[in-house]
Amino acid sequence: MSEFEDLSANDKELQEFLMIEKQKAQVHAQIHEFNEICWEKCIGKPSNKLDSATETCLSNCVDRFIDTSLLITQRFAQALQKQSSVDM
Amino acid sequence: MSMANVDKGELISQVKQQIAVANAQEMLTQMTQKCFKKCVNKPGTSLDSGEQKCISMCMDRFMDSWNLISQTYGQRLQRME
Repeated sequence: MSEFEDLSANDKELQEFLMIEKQKAQVHAQIHEFNEICWEKCIGKPSNKLDSATETCLSNCVDRFIDTSLLITQRFAQALQKQSSVDM
Repeated sequence: MSMANVDKGELISQVKQQIAVANAQEMLTQMTQKCFKKCVNKPGTSLDSGEQKCISMCMDRFMDSWNLISQTYGQRLQRME
């Protein structure tokens, strides 16, 4: 895709198109990751439909994964700050 | 290479198609792994009817799961703005 990006350097429409497709691809990849993880956590034996407990589990799984990621980022930043203030 | 020689619309359309194909492939790969894991526990000399039925249901549940997760993620992104 990088030759395409070179071509688009002077073309606004192409730049915008690439940016949007890139964002869409990121969202898509994230959904795949969630599905990968939450399937393992929530799905037992496949049946005729997803029962409401399973649906709740999947939905909670996505939110809790994001919460986990935010919490880890936050605490890691704090730890780095503490570390650097000690080194001073 | 000048853009005058290339039909921009066609280029955009080709890239979109390639992206769609890549997405479908990723979906299929994940679906195959998940459903094999769930449905084929003791590999025999062929897939018996129980395994086939399980795989069929599994594919549908996988898509249900994917759509639900997509929806939940979309809603969460909106709340985070």
